[in-house]
Amino acid sequence: MHIERRAEVSRVAQLAAPFGAIAFTLLASSLLVAWAGAPVGQAYALLIEGGFGTLFAWSETLTRAIPLILTGLAATVAFKARLFNIGAEGQLYAGALAAVAVGGLHGGSGFALTPWLLFPLMMLAAALAGALLLLGPALLKSRLGVDEVVTTLLLNFIVLLFVSMMLDGVMKDPTAMGWPQSVVLQDGLQLERLIPRTRLHTGLLWALVLAVLLWALFKHTTTGFEIRAVGANARAAAFAGMPVGWVTVKVALLSGALAGLAGAIEVAGRAGYVTLDMSPGYGYTGIVIAMLAALHPLGVVAAAVFVAGILVGADSMSRAVNVPTYIADVIVSVSLLAMLVATMLAQYRLRWR
Amino acid sequence: MPALALKGITKRFGALVANDDISLDLDRGEVLALLGENGAGKSTLVSILFGHYRADAGRIEVFGAPLPPGNPRAALDAGIGMVHQHFTLADNLSVLDNLMLGTEPLWSWRSARGAARAALLDSAQRFGLQVNPDALVAELSVGERQRVEILKALVPLGRRKGARILILDEPTAVLTPAEAESLFETLHQLVAQGLSVIFISHKLDEVLRVSQRVAVLRAGRLVATLATAEADKTRLAELMVGRSVDAPQRRARAAGDVVCELNGAVVRAAGRRDVLAAVNLALRGGEIFAISGVAGNGQQALADVLFGLRALDAGSVTLRGSVMRARPRDWVAAGVARIPEDRQAVGVVGDLALWENVILERYATPAFASAGVLRRATAMAQAALLIRRFDVRGAEGRGADMPTRALSGGNMQKLILGRELAGDPTQHQAPSLIVADQPTWGLDIGAVAYVHQQLLDACAQGAAVLVISEDLEEIFALADRIAVMHHGHLSEARPAAQWTLAQIGLAMAGGQAGGPDGGSTGEAASEPDHAH
Repeated sequence: MHIERRAEVSRVAQLAAPFGAIAFTLLASSLLVAWAGAPVGQAYALLIEGGFGTLFAWSETLTRAIPLILTGLAATVAFKARLFNIGAEGQLYAGALAAVAVGGLHGGSGFALTPWLLFPLMMLAAALAGALLLLGPALLKSRLGVDEVVTTLLLNFIVLLFVSMMLDGVMKDPTAMGWPQSVVLQDGLQLERLIPRTRLHTGLLWALVLAVLLWALFKHTTTGFEIRAVGANARAAAFAGMPVGWVTVKVALLSGALAGLAGAIEVAGRAGYVTLDMSPGYGYTGIVIAMLAALHPLGVVAAAVFVAGILVGADSMSRAVNVPTYIADVIVSVSLLAMLVATMLAQYRLRWR
Repeated sequence: MPALALKGITKRFGALVANDDISLDLDRGEVLALLGENGAGKSTLVSILFGHYRADAGRIEVFGAPLPPGNPRAALDAGIGMVHQHFTLADNLSVLDNLMLGTEPLWSWRSARGAARAALLDSAQRFGLQVNPDALVAELSVGERQRVEILKALVPLGRRKGARILILDEPTAVLTPAEAESLFETLHQLVAQGLSVIFISHKLDEVLRVSQRVAVLRAGRLVATLATAEADKTRLAELMVGRSVDAPQRRARAAGDVVCELNGAVVRAAGRRDVLAAVNLALRGGEIFAISGVAGNGQQALADVLFGLRALDAGSVTLRGSVMRARPRDWVAAGVARIPEDRQAVGVVGDLALWENVILERYATPAFASAGVLRRATAMAQAALLIRRFDVRGAEGRGADMPTRALSGGNMQKLILGRELAGDPTQHQAPSLIVADQPTWGLDIGAVAYVHQQLLDACAQGAAVLVISEDLEEIFALADRIAVMHHGHLSEARPAAQWTLAQIGLAMAGGQAGGPDGGSTGEAASEPDHAH
């Protein structure tokens, strides 16, 4: 058996690949559901109902999708240029911490600024924190050839420990009865509810706008062209005169900024303060979402909503039929693997002799 | 009874018929040349013969016995040996170890080294293939490695019988002329001993030199089998391409001013001898300067310097008198057309569309972008123009939007050529310097002729052209002046008419070029008065 590259990938196969992958995922996961002793059909029905069945379910799913869209975009930009940023989790926390540092620490006394001025400053600080966090690994990669997968991954742990230090130190909320959580953002800095009496906030609009902007960047700008060319063939890009090192730096700044914004928007739209468990791995799930979306910025939105729906739906299914919520992680992981195989099969064909 | 008989071999890949009802005999003690352009079906036929593919129809007989299809082991046992273009030797093992690799049973206490050594020396003696069994393969020259590859096929070891039928796939592609000559001697010795040889090539000179019969494949079909004695180059080329091939038209012209100059150019490599050792070179408008040499003697570094990719460690490189930095964009902006050796890995980004590759060098210039936004329509129009003007085939379906990877090598090269020769569409300026590194490597005759004609035409319009090539036929077809690179040194440059093939071969191997003024191979340069 060997593998051959298809001369031309058909559009149909490209579009069918994600659906085939999802179908396979549900099939494979149903084995586990059955093993847990639950009726498969009912379990899936509950999962879909819980994720997408009601207005409330939709609001929860979309709320959960907001940080996933942003980390998914962060991974998309970086992976497009073959900068394998595994550090979105750390960049998200760095962004969240920076947002609170600007928008909460001084409680209006340090920065005597109106929310109208402080809000953009807060977002800028978050984007900058995420961007700078990825700048180091990007420079190490382009200057010294240090593998960015290792550096960005390990930075995650450093950032989390740093956050822990801050939450028990200078940024600790004195009114939190000893819980390690940060001070709260000023009132005017919190994001508005998009639908009353739900948790869905205007961060969704931010995420959607950023997705469209990123799509336009890739499709229409010289910078996007550089990113795609460097990612597809860095040697040819360098030969043609593209500043490959500078492109890598630009990509790192953009990717880190998006992940940092994910943190700030999550803080401003949800609790208003930083805790050590504010992200259940949004940074890592963003990688899955970017791959599910085949690195297409608009596809990221769809993939993030899908994954968020599975995560939310699994909670309610687990309550009803007693399948552990880990099934959601299994579904998301299997869907990534299935997607990778499906993408490969769309581009390559298997020959049996 | 022929040594090998192919009967009605047909192989399809989807809609493509790679081999169409091919019947062919190979006699004992003959060299049969299998001639054809890239994609004519040579490799498919050999893969079927060797059991890598299974034919859709037809059968194979070896010495009268049918050969089971789709079984490389059976092919080996039947006495078919193959020498691939890219060697399959382990560099870190000795010659003897390489030969024994895979011949011994896994669970054996005794090693048969003694017997293997005897068999190796015996075969080496018999076929006149001198090798040292204990030398490390890494230390051997390319020609010697090829000898080891041939021996590997011939020496009977373990359950491997020595080959009676030897297939050589483009064996001269990596050899110097002298090494190729020695290979031809070897082949004569082999057939004198009763072996049969299939010699795969697309080089007409070699085929005429070495074979007794020629089988010509075109588009999957066997179009002719003829005795070499009755063939000539023109005839073979026509059979191979299916139409008459026009030799490139040269127009007489006088060499103009110096466009690009290297003075004492040095590129160093850590811990090894200099990659470029004080190279002097002057490229003049309206002149084609060709640099020949065996691969790995510094041509790559020289090309990289002139592509603007690599900075000199000492010396200077000037373009129309101004010193150039190692920044590709500066060179592109100065009107240098750059054609890299590896078109797939360096010349284009395969995953990008044709139109995107057309603007790859100038995407950020006002021609194709304003305020950071790509002018997609302009780029598409330019791509469509180049596809038409440079006869890029394969884009008929989706046009300039199709991924470049899907183009054949020849059409990819035409696209690159078009991009480079057209330059900046807003300035309508022909390139002042063309640097072409192996511009026709791996291309078929039709595409080669096309590329050569384009280079000659650009030169006639006043461009200075530098061609770096390992193909002597190409060098003599194009060059006004020729120099040879060896170990980072550039020999004296002399007019093409003053070089003989033997002199070039000698210079490629590092010998004295023996010029009219006793020119040393060291660093003699193009003398400025020579062109006038």
